[in-house]
Amino acid sequence: MSWIENRFEEGLVVTSLDWAINWARKSSLWPMTFGLACCAIEMMAFAAARYDVDRFGAGAFRATPRQSDLMIVAGTVTYKMASRVRRLYHQMPDPKYVIAMGACTVGGGPYFKYGYHVVKGVDLVVPVDVYVPGCPPRPEALQEGLMRLQDKISAQTIGLPRGTYRNAKKYDMPTPAPASI
Amino acid sequence: MTPNDIAKRIQDQLGSAITEVVADDKHPRVHTTAENWRKVAEFIFNDSDLAFDWLGCLSGVDYVADNQLCGVYDLYSTKHGHWFAVKVYVDRDKPNIPSVMDLWPAADWHEREAFDMYGIIFDGHTDLRRILCPEDWVGYPLRKDYQFPREYHGIPGTTELDWQQQSVYPA
Repeated sequence: MSWIENRFEEGLVVTSLDWAINWARKSSLWPMTFGLACCAIEMMAFAAARYDVDRFGAGAFRATPRQSDLMIVAGTVTYKMASRVRRLYHQMPDPKYVIAMGACTVGGGPYFKYGYHVVKGVDLVVPVDVYVPGCPPRPEALQEGLMRLQDKISAQTIGLPRGTYRNAKKYDMPTPAPASI
Repeated sequence: MTPNDIAKRIQDQLGSAITEVVADDKHPRVHTTAENWRKVAEFIFNDSDLAFDWLGCLSGVDYVADNQLCGVYDLYSTKHGHWFAVKVYVDRDKPNIPSVMDLWPAADWHEREAFDMYGIIFDGHTDLRRILCPEDWVGYPLRKDYQFPREYHGIPGTTELDWQQQSVYPA
């Protein structure tokens, strides 16, 4: 990149708006303090000194959904809790992300067959971005899930996805109108 | 007192109320019926030789083949340091057991849980509501003939049985 180096004054940063927004979002994912069962213990280890999620900028566990970006559903979701989970999700401001942590939230886990009270996967209640299997997953697994979520955020764009108009024409679909402010 | 002494003492005083004595067991106990349970409870609570002043555990059992429900009361005496249990049998069609929450306050939540899980109705309980399941839950989950909910508040509940029967698994 020698042809571009040393051509700009100090302090000038060249980037795309998408990249900057995504970088800001993925580098400060604030999770909600929200543990339902034993997975929450691993989530605490994930947040504590040994695994130190602050390295990913996701260490600020907020005690309210209104300040959170990320909901880590850590533990068994019962039918009784499901309505609360959904309400907490709706109370979070956009953009919001959900990690389903552990076998129970991924698909009912050990309670799939004989658990009369367990929701068979939290994706029946709220939309899930990343699934982290395990019973419970090790903190490294949750870190991996967080990094995959960051990858997912990196691929976001504030505009329409690439090729939208071309694909709409190709498949004879209605063209989405540009968002008006 | 040894379990045999306790069983003998209870049987001497309340012979007709005790249907069965199982003293030589890992779980030494006497059996009684719901009609006599209140009498038995008051005796073993007040008697100075037994003095069962602490309710360690209250469990429920569903004997579906015998069409009976059962409340198991594990009792401890802090005065004498001995354990004993009483099993109270009740008909499944009319599962009413008198409450003992005035003798042992610990029975309050235990009886609510037994009501929640088995549908045993504790007569005389001051606040007999479900304690674990939601208030609008249908059925008593730990009964052997319990049917799993297929749907709860719009959330589909599936079992493996459904999965095998249905060609398309609901998303």
